[in-house]
Amino acid sequence: MTEGEFLIVGLAPNGELMSDSPRYSPLNALHEELGASFTDFAGWQMPVRYDSDLAEHHAVRASAGIFDISHMAEIAVHGPEAGAFLDYALAGKLSSINLGQAKYSLLLNEDGGIIDDLVVYRLGETRFLVVANAGNRFAAVDALMARVAGGGRSEGAFDVTVIDESDATSLIAVQGPASLEILLHTVGLSLAEEARSRPEPTLETLKYYFSLPALFLGHPVLIGRTGYTGEDGFELYIDQTEAAALWIALSEAGEGRGLVPTGLACRDTLRLEAGMPLYGHELGLDTAPVQAGLGRVVALGKPGDFVGRAATERGVSPDAPVLVGLVGEGKRAARADYEVFGRDASSETPVGTITSGALSPTLGYPVAMAYVHPSVSALGTVVDVDIRGTRLPYTVTQLPFYRREKN
Amino acid sequence: MANPQELKYTEEHEWLKLDGDSAVVGITAYAAEKLGDVVFVELPKIGAAVVAGTVVGEIESTKSVGELFAPATGTVLEVNDAVVSSPELVNDDPFGAGWLIKISITDLPALLSADEYTALTGE
Repeated sequence: MTEGEFLIVGLAPNGELMSDSPRYSPLNALHEELGASFTDFAGWQMPVRYDSDLAEHHAVRASAGIFDISHMAEIAVHGPEAGAFLDYALAGKLSSINLGQAKYSLLLNEDGGIIDDLVVYRLGETRFLVVANAGNRFAAVDALMARVAGGGRSEGAFDVTVIDESDATSLIAVQGPASLEILLHTVGLSLAEEARSRPEPTLETLKYYFSLPALFLGHPVLIGRTGYTGEDGFELYIDQTEAAALWIALSEAGEGRGLVPTGLACRDTLRLEAGMPLYGHELGLDTAPVQAGLGRVVALGKPGDFVGRAATERGVSPDAPVLVGLVGEGKRAARADYEVFGRDASSETPVGTITSGALSPTLGYPVAMAYVHPSVSALGTVVDVDIRGTRLPYTVTQLPFYRREKN
Repeated sequence: MANPQELKYTEEHEWLKLDGDSAVVGITAYAAEKLGDVVFVELPKIGAAVVAGTVVGEIESTKSVGELFAPATGTVLEVNDAVVSSPELVNDDPFGAGWLIKISITDLPALLSADEYTALTGE
């Protein structure tokens, strides 16, 4: 990468990443060798599929897939008040998570809207890693940096440093039931000395949403038992200069274990089946967490103020749309932005809008998520979705659509 | 996948295999690749009158929806039931077993040669 490549990036008025030339992953050459098709994602050229997105989807459910998600944003938060700062800046109570633990959280604005959804890892007593969506990188960094000032609290600014490490950091996810075996057989990958003092000091015993420090050929790697597919799996954070070597080592360990390279197309159908929200679809500045079923992510019980508390405590209108899961019959998928209607055929006023939808590769029938009026949000309610001029029935269903069998 | 020389093409990424007053129609390998894995195909009924340039069917992948345009004006003579029950044929063999419909032709717009179509897709 050339030095100038990062200088021409700016923010468009709508908040989307805007740049004169696409960004490329440090793994781009490997993806090209593997025959990937690419798509633009938040200004990045990322693999959408390597061969068959359906085969990639099934591989993650049955064995394993390896994803390059280096476009994700990594923001380090260091300092004596790092925990207290995150309690103020984010919706959750991050100060109370344990060493190595990860927690899903939200970055709210003063109106209680969602600037981004995040995963926060505790790397030390005073060190946290905040992982944000690529498209929200600058919004998240800007908000976090602005909140260091403390919003007028009596103690003044937080004693904390916020560092955007996104450019230096790559992220590789290995997801699927064979993931553990693959990591255990990856040549050059070993846990760091520090991992020995953890309550679960091995990958085998590492719990979901916990992490361990590791080394790959002497370079630090953070291994989280986290992911966005609904399967067991790991996410590996590493300096971008070492990412290609790690990808190759993981791929070699995956030979004979059913590992295939997997692109963003199957990542989306996997997360949809698992009922996981995608920012820009299920989450946005005009959605309150409670509407998205994420009320529990906002820790109203934590002491002290936090950004978004007052708005969240005020609540939303009883008519505010709520996120539901929908399942259909046949093969025709309701897709994002399609309108949802009541069953009365003469009904001209939509009662909701689809946010994500696909013919579920695992289940074989169409699944979707939608924001609908509370009057049609009860489980079992049947609604109509206008699929390019044809109204087809969908039934409100519990999320997630797919849940893996746990050992 | 190379575009077969014996076929004609449209800017909507469809191919025609002309045989007198009729043609077999499908989508190109380029289109199938861009769509991704096809999971649902809706085709017109046999006997339906179709007008060149109008939408007569749908080809859905997990991630997107492609429209099937009638490449010529005429009548639907046959539809490929195999592709309706096994949509993956569109990806596996777009110029062969993944054909979609056969139509009789009363009016045929200008079509592209294989070389012209290849130039259009830049591949």
